[in-house]
Amino acid sequence: MNVKYWVMVPALLLSLGIAPPLHAENLPAFNLTIKDGRYSPEQVEIPAGQKIKLVIKNDGPGPEEFESSDLNREKIIKEGKTAEVFIGPLKPGTYKFIGEFHPKTAQGQIVAK
Amino acid sequence: MLATAIIVFREVLEAALIVGIVLAATQGLARRVSWVSIGIMAGVAGAGLVAWFADAISFALAGVGQEVFNAGIMLFAVLMLGWHNVWMKRHGREMAQQMRAMGQAVKFGSRSMYMLAVVVGLAVLREGSEVVLFLYGIAVAQQDSPGLMLSGGLLGLLSGAMMGLLMYRGLLRISSRHLFTVTTWMITLLAAGMAAQAAGFLTQADLLPPLVQSMWDTSDIVAQNSVLGRVLQTLIGYADHPSGIQVLFYAATLVSIAVLMRLYGSAPSAKVQPLNAIGT
Repeated sequence: MNVKYWVMVPALLLSLGIAPPLHAENLPAFNLTIKDGRYSPEQVEIPAGQKIKLVIKNDGPGPEEFESSDLNREKIIKEGKTAEVFIGPLKPGTYKFIGEFHPKTAQGQIVAK
Repeated sequence: MLATAIIVFREVLEAALIVGIVLAATQGLARRVSWVSIGIMAGVAGAGLVAWFADAISFALAGVGQEVFNAGIMLFAVLMLGWHNVWMKRHGREMAQQMRAMGQAVKFGSRSMYMLAVVVGLAVLREGSEVVLFLYGIAVAQQDSPGLMLSGGLLGLLSGAMMGLLMYRGLLRISSRHLFTVTTWMITLLAAGMAAQAAGFLTQADLLPPLVQSMWDTSDIVAQNSVLGRVLQTLIGYADHPSGIQVLFYAATLVSIAVLMRLYGSAPSAKVQPLNAIGT
């Protein structure tokens, strides 16, 4: 029975076409910075209907968690580090995100046009 | 102080609910509290490690290490939970008979208990690492005095643990005849929800396509980030706008566990009874 699990799960994953993000280099990148519990810019405009890469830099102090339930994304970024989050393709609209560790001040939105 | 408490509460809540369900589902298994406690302690230790190595993990695998790590943890927990359900279905009746005959906690089932302890440990590890990083961030930014920060964290921790206790006590009020079925379902839904979350992380890492951006949007009814939303997220895998692949993983997990329970969940047949089982 255990054998079936070890066969089923990888087979399922392979059938869904899992591959490393090889095209990551070609995606348009948009920058976002966190500093002192605030995002800048607080509004990021991206093209709708396209996969993009959000490059988030944390200037500190302390770690932050980029979180958006509108976009189904969450990522922890330590102080001084930069992380990438893939977003889209999105329908036109406004999608909010927050910094979970500073929820009152770290708020922003992505506007897909 | 309150802001700290709320954030810690929300993270602890998820792990606490899982502990409550596991404890209720393992009623009658020997030393289950010890197993779960070990799971929790291992999870706490692991949380510290994960928090410490967060950027190393994050930068692994072309920058998507964190997503793959989180997804991996959740999928592993899904396997453990599914395995537990199949095992319990197979041996549940045997166990209940032994319990009645001996009137005390049953000794076997430790393999299944080990699996659940791992699930508990992984849940504590995942949520705990976020709590550690969050508290570290506050300490660094010196937003709260250490005393306020600690009491906020403690308040959040205790409130979250209380919810787990309420879940456990609530489940125990169900008559023992139905408890097995109820906890089996809760574990299945727990697993399906984790699978959906794993799919979310893999999509974030660009390793899986979302298929459909959002299958529905119920954020006006129950927001995923509200306390109720988080409780539902843990218990039934609720998401206010899940992507297509998340719904797919959810459904696939439900179906897989149900099918496996059907296929492998019958008690061993009479003709292979071991000799010493006579007269139980």
